[in-house]
Amino acid sequence: MSETLLTIEDLVVQYRQGRKKVVKAVDGVSLTVAAGEFVALVGESGCGKTTTAQTAMRMVPATSGTIRYRDRDITNATQSEMRPIRRELQIIFQDPYESLDPRFRVKDIVAEPLEIHGLDNRDERVRAAMERAGLTPADLYLERYPHELSGGQRQRVSIAAALALEPTMLLADEPVSMLDVSVRAGILGLLNDLRTSGLGILMITHDLSTAAHFADRICVMYLGRIVEEGPAHEVIRNPQHPYTKALVSVVPQPDPEQSMQPEILQGETPNPADVPTGCRFHPRCPVATAACSSEDPPLRPAGSDGHRAACILV
Amino acid sequence: MSVLAVEDLHVWFELPDDKELHAVQGISFGLERGERMGLVGESGCGKTTAILAMMGLLPPNASAAGRILLDGEDILAGGDATMRPHRWNDIAMVFQGAMNAFDPVKTIGSQIQEPIETAGLAKGKAARARTAELLELVGISGERQDRFPHEFSGGMRQRAAIAMALACQPKVLLADEPTTALDVMVQAQILELLVRLTDELGLALIMVTHDLPLVSQICQRAAVMYAGHITELGTTTELYHRPLHPYTRMLFGATPDLLAQREVTSIPGAPPRLDQEITGCPFRPRCDSAIDACALSYPPTRTAEPGHSGACFVEAHA
Ligand SMILES: Nc1ncnc2c1ncn2[C@@H]1O[C@H](COP(=O)(O)OP(=O)(O)OP(=O)(O)O)[C@@H](O)[C@H]1O
Ligand SMILES: Nc1ncnc2c1ncn2[C@@H]1O[C@H](COP(=O)(O)OP(=O)(O)OP(=O)(O)O)[C@@H](O)[C@H]1O
Ligand code: SF4
Ligand SMILES: [Mg+2]
Ligand SMILES: [Mg+2]
Repeated sequence: MSETLLTIEDLVVQYRQGRKKVVKAVDGVSLTVAAGEFVALVGESGCGKTTTAQTAMRMVPATSGTIRYRDRDITNATQSEMRPIRRELQIIFQDPYESLDPRFRVKDIVAEPLEIHGLDNRDERVRAAMERAGLTPADLYLERYPHELSGGQRQRVSIAAALALEPTMLLADEPVSMLDVSVRAGILGLLNDLRTSGLGILMITHDLSTAAHFADRICVMYLGRIVEEGPAHEVIRNPQHPYTKALVSVVPQPDPEQSMQPEILQGETPNPADVPTGCRFHPRCPVATAACSSEDPPLRPAGSDGHRAACILV
Repeated sequence: MSVLAVEDLHVWFELPDDKELHAVQGISFGLERGERMGLVGESGCGKTTAILAMMGLLPPNASAAGRILLDGEDILAGGDATMRPHRWNDIAMVFQGAMNAFDPVKTIGSQIQEPIETAGLAKGKAARARTAELLELVGISGERQDRFPHEFSGGMRQRAAIAMALACQPKVLLADEPTTALDVMVQAQILELLVRLTDELGLALIMVTHDLPLVSQICQRAAVMYAGHITELGTTTELYHRPLHPYTRMLFGATPDLLAQREVTSIPGAPPRLDQEITGCPFRPRCDSAIDACALSYPPTRTAEPGHSGACFVEAHA
């Protein structure tokens, strides 16, 4: 068994919206990521994916629950206590256009985290990180500004900056959703290679096909909860939760002859300010029974090993 | 006869310093009544520019050449004088990002009503009734026309944008990335709506997107664009199972498939700049099949089977 790097237990995160209203963006999430493991967190817009990742980075405070990095409880860690952890735990954001400062050259962008952490041998480390991120040879890119790079190259610069500190774990929040499909595979392949070399990866995505291809495990989130999790191929080929079943059924297939029977859920993407009673999915659920509006089902084993779903019918 | 036929369409943008950007470099295709066609390709390949030209809505620094035949009549020939009578009446468009373009201080209904009144289709009460009818058509209760944009979800605003484009009962609808930025489930709802509208109204649809699976799902045919050219045109089945152009094959190869276990491979490099003359095949620097001839001139178009053609040297010799 590889070492567990990130452990999130019963995480609850509330945001204040306006003067009185409080929304539970994350409402009891537990997940782990081990060294060399690639976990995908998928779900509709607003279901709490980014909040989960940002709380793990201590960018957003947890309302309750525990976050551990390796064997250290970092739930309430101060900024200075987080410093050594940050070296190990890095985050990459969605937008390669906004996350790079246009005034700095690539070499300075990649070197910045090294400076913050006061590390030496910067030149060497910058080159190594860039080459690991697929910017080879590094000389070709070191002196350039972000606007002189393609979108895919910019995202590689963000990854290089995250890799410069030689982290053991990466959180990647929609790392390819702003990029053309032609370059996405390169970035995802890179993350996959890093995983093979021992990094733990938690990737947030709303693209099930991408998750199916690259992740070992998939966690499906709905309205602040994980409603299904398991080995990627199991979750995709043998989904247990009615929400996952519907999600899988509407993903467009590239082969037009692959007949689709989309099970289109009507209604809107749900809003965490207004969580239904019982199973939070019941108002949209095609197979809901009377009990579903009062009983709030926990994750239970379903299907094969390590596969769990939160539905009273499993 | 095709309801819409585009022949050798070119669009140039004038840039500062006497430079020019050749955004659309001679594209041709036809569209049948009730047909759904995809126009796909990477960012910057000229998709939006091409359909803006068909609407006669290019920005002032652009100029267009070629023929755009609507029911056989060239609507590009006479400039705005020949475009205007058809714009919105026969050919309409849902703009890229339309769902975020509603005026926040006006009700959704009044924004749909405006073009109805301007076009002289109906006034006052009748225009209001027509607005309600259009909203119902796209699956929104007509009573909600007095709501403001912020009271609608993204998916509902996109439906309203589609309703607005249908106000004058056009024959051709051009939809620019109509589901980008929507959640998969809402995307599925909008796709279902577009399919229903084309089937029920006999409306012909051009769906502009960079998402190939989406086109495979709802379109009968597709045109793949690269650097201002249509590099391949055919049915979606032909494009997926028997691609003629390496770009089509490589694009599908870069697209993860939910159920297939095959590897996904990125396409190296990036599309060329369009403000410089390109010699040879514009895809050559990224192509996995290029031969010497590819560097010398633009490849000829080969028709493999009726309606299925591609522009590539290697495939032309195959
Ligand atoms: N800073 C904040 N203040 C108040 N509410 C917030 C804040 N950030 C997020 N929220 C709310 O919390 C919920 C979860 O947001 P979050 O960004 O975590 O979702 P997500 O799953 O990442 O969505 P997306 O796919 O759109 O990125 C949403 O309803 C959102 O509106
Ligand atoms: N008003 C303009 N002036 C100058 N160049 C322009 C203008 N509008 C577009 N272009 C250029 O024309 C080319 C085609 O742009 P277009 O918007 O048609 O691409 P697209 O295929 O729709 O891309 P996307 O998928 O990003 O929407 C690009 O190189 C773009 O930079
Ligand atoms: S013409 Fe040559 S370079 Fe262009 S796509 Fe065909 S093989 Fe590749
Ligand atoms: Mg997010
Ligand atoms: Mg566009």
